[in-house]
Amino acid sequence: MEWETVIGLEIHAQLATTTKIFSGASTAYGAEPNTQACAVDLALPGTLPVFNENALRMAVMFGTAIDAEIGKVSVFDRKNYFYPDLPKGYQTSQLFYPIVGEGHIDIELEDGSTKRIGVTRAHLEEDAGKSLHEEFASMTGIDLNRAGTPLLEIVSEPDMRSAEEAVAYVKKIHSLVTNLGICDGNMAEGSFRCDCNVSVRYKGEALGNRTETKNINSFRFIEKAIKGEVARQIDILEDGGRITQETRLYDADKDETRSMRSKEEANDYRYFPCPDLLPIVIDDEYIDAIRKTLPELPDTRRARFINTYQLSSYDAGVLSAYKPLSDFFETVATTSADAKLSANWVMGELSKHLNQHDTDIKDSPVSAEQLGGLLQRIKDNTVSGNIAKKVFEAMWKEGGSADEIIEAKGLKQVTDTGAIEKIVDEVIANNQKQVDQYVAAEPDKRGKMIGFFMGQVMKVSGGKANPGQVQGMMKQKLDALCP
Amino acid sequence: MALNRTDVEKIAHLARLQIDENDVPEYAKNLSNILDLISQMQDIDTSDVEPLAHPLDAVQRLRADIITEQNQREHLQQAAPAVENGLFLVPKVIE
Repeated sequence: MEWETVIGLEIHAQLATTTKIFSGASTAYGAEPNTQACAVDLALPGTLPVFNENALRMAVMFGTAIDAEIGKVSVFDRKNYFYPDLPKGYQTSQLFYPIVGEGHIDIELEDGSTKRIGVTRAHLEEDAGKSLHEEFASMTGIDLNRAGTPLLEIVSEPDMRSAEEAVAYVKKIHSLVTNLGICDGNMAEGSFRCDCNVSVRYKGEALGNRTETKNINSFRFIEKAIKGEVARQIDILEDGGRITQETRLYDADKDETRSMRSKEEANDYRYFPCPDLLPIVIDDEYIDAIRKTLPELPDTRRARFINTYQLSSYDAGVLSAYKPLSDFFETVATTSADAKLSANWVMGELSKHLNQHDTDIKDSPVSAEQLGGLLQRIKDNTVSGNIAKKVFEAMWKEGGSADEIIEAKGLKQVTDTGAIEKIVDEVIANNQKQVDQYVAAEPDKRGKMIGFFMGQVMKVSGGKANPGQVQGMMKQKLDALCP
Repeated sequence: MALNRTDVEKIAHLARLQIDENDVPEYAKNLSNILDLISQMQDIDTSDVEPLAHPLDAVQRLRADIITEQNQREHLQQAAPAVENGLFLVPKVIE
């Protein structure tokens, strides 16, 4: 019998509003503790919530983007539990009538195929504050700045069958909400978090007991946490054990999940409609107006990149996922007039540097115009690809245009036939042993042996000799020596 | 529907209410009466009645997304029993 993994995900996306969902306090990240927690956020007696219109607009944007049914009447409910970072003793959420109903998104799998993942619902709720357990010996510190920050909880169907599919889905939702501008997507700051519901079963049998691993905050950890949890469950079941339904925590340092609390009595939330808030009623006109403001979505852009620029499906997928990266690529492609070359450089040299320096594309020290200018010089043979990497390096460190750097560092490619011939002759004269081997070799082995001579020419010329010209001339001269 | 002692104790615990053990039978009786009333209402056919989310016949007013609340930490923390470095202090929470 073969094991099958079943995964459903709950994603909490903090909405990029200026103020809280029910109060006029700021949601900016990183403020001094409790300086952005007003009387409503603190749940002082007599305070009442007033709903933020921008949170509603953003939730509807998401709903229209995933082709979901929008709740024209949606209702806030109270989810009751006690925890010190939840001052009201309940979380205002939506259970019975969520703002976004059933929708779907398509993910691309590694083999190039597409799979549709169902979104069960997405509802509005408020975030809790933060508890700081480490700083005090016998007390817990509470910071309520985050309390009341609007969240959109996006609940998927249990449609995913592997950790890879789950990550593809999370990346797709991440790309969607950041493109819509409704969430900054910053996983390190907790703006975008993921709970993974995982179970295993024999293929074709009923669903097994599931565990929920909470608050995973990176794509890599999602994959590792799911893989670890699947292996743990299969081990237990194959030893004849049972899976306990429970909440688990992923420990990134140990790369394992561990039990957080058993749900035996914790899970009795006693939901009921919140009497402090009236039903939210919206009409088709409101929804249509929002639909018209939707920006180009990643899927549409991906298709356009394939059609307009003849990019491969993979390249188009990478370049369309994140709006600032897409915009950067398009500017490079326009400036250089070579989309394929632009894609290679943006995904290659540029991305490599951004990763190494942990820099977002928005803060790239090399602008799209600068990179486009450099690619022009590759295209008109002023520099080779290898020299261009040196120019790029200088651009990254010191700034300046490609032309300025090429001029200042004397990196212009040598295309003068006479000059190249001189170097080719010199290399042949100085490497008699390799020349003899070349002449003695079978004709079909000689092609590979040219590489050595090419390398020597590049060394002598400081990488500046035009590789195409060198290759042709070197082959001609060596072949002339063969009997 | 009759609630027993365990039900009452569980409800009290979920609501963090401390109750006198001697009062439990009385609470059980009163709460059971409420549930009986609800069960009577559930027998009524409401298929052509629209769900009611709120007794007021009104819809939610919306607020513009503009900061109206400034920092009042000092003022608001005057009522707190313990604060340090701007944090509210509560008895240690162990997960």
